[in-house]
Amino acid sequence: MKITLQEVQRVARLARLDLGAEESEKMTQQLDNILQYVAKLDEVDTTGIPVTTHTQQVTNAFREDVVQPSLDREKALANGPEQNGEAFVVPRVI
Amino acid sequence: MHYYSLTLHEASQKLARGEITSLELTQAVLGRITAVDGRIKAYLSVYEDAALKQAEEADMMRKNGQGNPLCGIPLAIKDVLCTQHMKTTCGSRILENFIPPYDATVVQRLQQSGAVLLGKLTMDEFAMGSTNENCAFGVPENPWKAGYVTGGSSGGSAAAVSADECFAALGSDTGGSIRQPASLCGVVGLKPTYGRVSRYGLVAFASSLDQVGPITKDVRDAALMMNCIAGYDEKDSTSIKTAVPDYTGALTEGLQGIRIGVPREYFGQGLDPEVETIINKGIDALKDAGAEIVEVNLPHTEYCVAVYYLIAPAEASSNLARFDGVRYGYRNKEAQELLDMYNTSRSQGFGDEVKRRILIGTYALSAGYYDAYYKKASQVRTLIKRDFENVFSSCDLIVSPVTPTPSWPIGDKADDPLSMYLSDILTLSANLGGIPGMSVPCGFTQAGLPVGMQMQAGHFQEEVLLKAGYNLEKQLGIAGIKPDLG
Repeated sequence: MKITLQEVQRVARLARLDLGAEESEKMTQQLDNILQYVAKLDEVDTTGIPVTTHTQQVTNAFREDVVQPSLDREKALANGPEQNGEAFVVPRVI
Repeated sequence: MHYYSLTLHEASQKLARGEITSLELTQAVLGRITAVDGRIKAYLSVYEDAALKQAEEADMMRKNGQGNPLCGIPLAIKDVLCTQHMKTTCGSRILENFIPPYDATVVQRLQQSGAVLLGKLTMDEFAMGSTNENCAFGVPENPWKAGYVTGGSSGGSAAAVSADECFAALGSDTGGSIRQPASLCGVVGLKPTYGRVSRYGLVAFASSLDQVGPITKDVRDAALMMNCIAGYDEKDSTSIKTAVPDYTGALTEGLQGIRIGVPREYFGQGLDPEVETIINKGIDALKDAGAEIVEVNLPHTEYCVAVYYLIAPAEASSNLARFDGVRYGYRNKEAQELLDMYNTSRSQGFGDEVKRRILIGTYALSAGYYDAYYKKASQVRTLIKRDFENVFSSCDLIVSPVTPTPSWPIGDKADDPLSMYLSDILTLSANLGGIPGMSVPCGFTQAGLPVGMQMQAGHFQEEVLLKAGYNLEKQLGIAGIKPDLG
């Protein structure tokens, strides 16, 4: 086994997902299959090979630090599941 | 001949000559949608009144001398691109009622050209899938055979173009999501070079791999769409400042002086013999057009599925963290406490495949596993990229099948994620290398299912793809063959 039920439940917590008991079992099996397969990469010698995170030669894209128009508050709040016209409202944090 | 069966460039020519109006074209296509979409299920939403209004405006623009080829042409958009006045669901319950506050740059560019936007097209949830079965709002069916998959994730885009429900569509391609459904539905699909087309307003799946591109009825139409959508955008920090050519200039007959590589690794185990025969005939056709054909090697091809299914989920797990029930999208209103609200909103809003990828990605990035999985995959990605650099130092393009098999019955692979992932083997590496790739119709199986040829070239070599695709199309003469939908 590459991954256990407990590990899947730990990762689900990190990812902010609630998995039911049956769902956790099924995911564990499927993730294990996938991880068994990707272990194939161990065959490749990558000593001294740099990582690729971006396929093009680009540098940071900077612009002048000038104020530009952006979304107004009403529009930005419009899709909020709950809002009070000034901010998004969420359940109690503490 | 019905108006809706025209290609984009034919319709455009008729508009320019004043033989038809955009209103007539739009009405014809809306009628087509009403007639066939019950069978195809390509559209998630159609905005009939808005489309007719845009058509009238486009007719005015034409009268006032606006000569953009897209002016007055009815098009449709994959539901992963933000549209200010149309719902953008990404095929997910979590965005079921989301109306974005702004337009994606590509959408804005189409609108500025005077194109008519009909509505939004179905897709696998958050573009994760190879069949469009992962959509929360139903499964579309292949226009060539009822009960068969359209491919994915841009299944709606490919099916709608194939069924004449729009003149062209926009899709997105993270691991084959434009090319694969285009192949399975018998239309042209082009994934441009990473950075060629703005991703601003494209809901992010895997940011280092995602790219927007056209799905069209023929190669000339793809060139016309590229003329509109390609180019630098200051709102996308990964878009690149490289001059945009007139892509229709590449559409000339004859492939003399063009050297085409055939990667042996793309014709390996699991390739359907009928697909292989069709692709080999296509290669002969390219040779007949004057191209030189050589065998080449991409030795790391066998690792691309493993690399992709670590990198893409890793990036997705980070991108999809934004769906937390606070600023937009679904919220579980029963939740009494913040953490519970996050957890339950996400769990109720996302489908199984999305959860699966978030879990793989979170695992691959988590402490203790990062080096073994994500870093290792990113290193092998370098080797895959170098394979392409080697090949393109001596070849103008490479050709292969797009998928190992033609379309298959809905439900066949739905319970086996790994076998589904393995079917993507021929398309994933273009995204890992950031190179452009195109699918062009190449023939039909005995059962009447379309098969596309994949063409791939070096960075920013879209013109050579279009040229080769155009020649393939001319040689084969199958571009006008349509599915029988009554």
